[in-house]
Amino acid sequence: MATKLVVDCSTGVTTEVELTAEEIAQREADAAAWAVAEAEREAEATAKAEAKASAEAKLAALGLTADEITALVG
Amino acid sequence: MAVTYRLIETVTVGVGGAANVEFTSIPQTYTDLMLLYSGRSTRAATGDDMYIRFNGLSTNLSSRVLYGTGSGVASYSDASVAYVGYFDGDTSTASVFSNGSIYIANYTASVAKGISGDNVNENNATGATQQINAGLWNSTAAVNQINLYALNGNWKQYSSVSLYGIKSS
Repeated sequence: MATKLVVDCSTGVTTEVELTAEEIAQREADAAAWAVAEAEREAEATAKAEAKASAEAKLAALGLTADEITALVG
Repeated sequence: MAVTYRLIETVTVGVGGAANVEFTSIPQTYTDLMLLYSGRSTRAATGDDMYIRFNGLSTNLSSRVLYGTGSGVASYSDASVAYVGYFDGDTSTASVFSNGSIYIANYTASVAKGISGDNVNENNATGATQQINAGLWNSTAAVNQINLYALNGNWKQYSSVSLYGIKSS
C-alpha cells in the first residue's frame, strides 16, 4: 500500500499514512497527464530535428559546405 | 544579529519509501519558506520529476522548466502543475542522491506565490541533468501545508527533506 510521510510542524511528529483512494487516483492522473505531455514534447522535438536535418540536406545539395551550413543553422 | 534562517522540520524517508512528503501546520511567522532535499525516486529510470502542491489543492498551479543534460538543453511549460525539480531514479548510479532547493516567496501574503527550484540529478555517467524551475501558485491563501511528490515513483529510503523559514529581518 502506498504511503506518505506527514510532518506536523506544530509538534515535530512524523507519521506514515496510507494514501486514500482519492489520493491514489490523483497520483495516477498526475502521472498520466505528464505522460501525455511528455509524448507531445518528444514528438515536437523529433519533428524539429527532422526538419533541421532536411533543411541541412537541401543546403548541402545546393553546394554549401558543412562549415557553411553550421554557420547558418548552428 | 537576528536569526533570519531557521530549520522548521526535517524528515527522512524510511524503509518502505513514500509517495510524497507532507508538511502540515506550517508556522506563519516567517517571510519565505525554503525546502532543501537529498532525494532519489524508486522510478525505474535515471530520473523522476518532482512537483509541489499547497494546502491540499491541485489548482492554480503552473511552471516553467529549463534543463540541461550535458549534451543538450530544453525547456517546457505546464499550465496546471508546479514542477520543482528532477531527481535521481532507481537506475542512476547506486546509492547516489540528487540535491536541490525549492524557494517559496511571501507564503503568508495575500498574493500569488512565486516558486523557484534548482537541482542537479547526480549520476556517475554521461547523462546527468541540471534543472531550474519557475513556478506559480496563483492563490491569495496563506501556505499552511506543503506536499512534495515524486511523479512516477516513490521517494526512496534515506531521502530527506528539510523545511526552513526565512525572515526578511
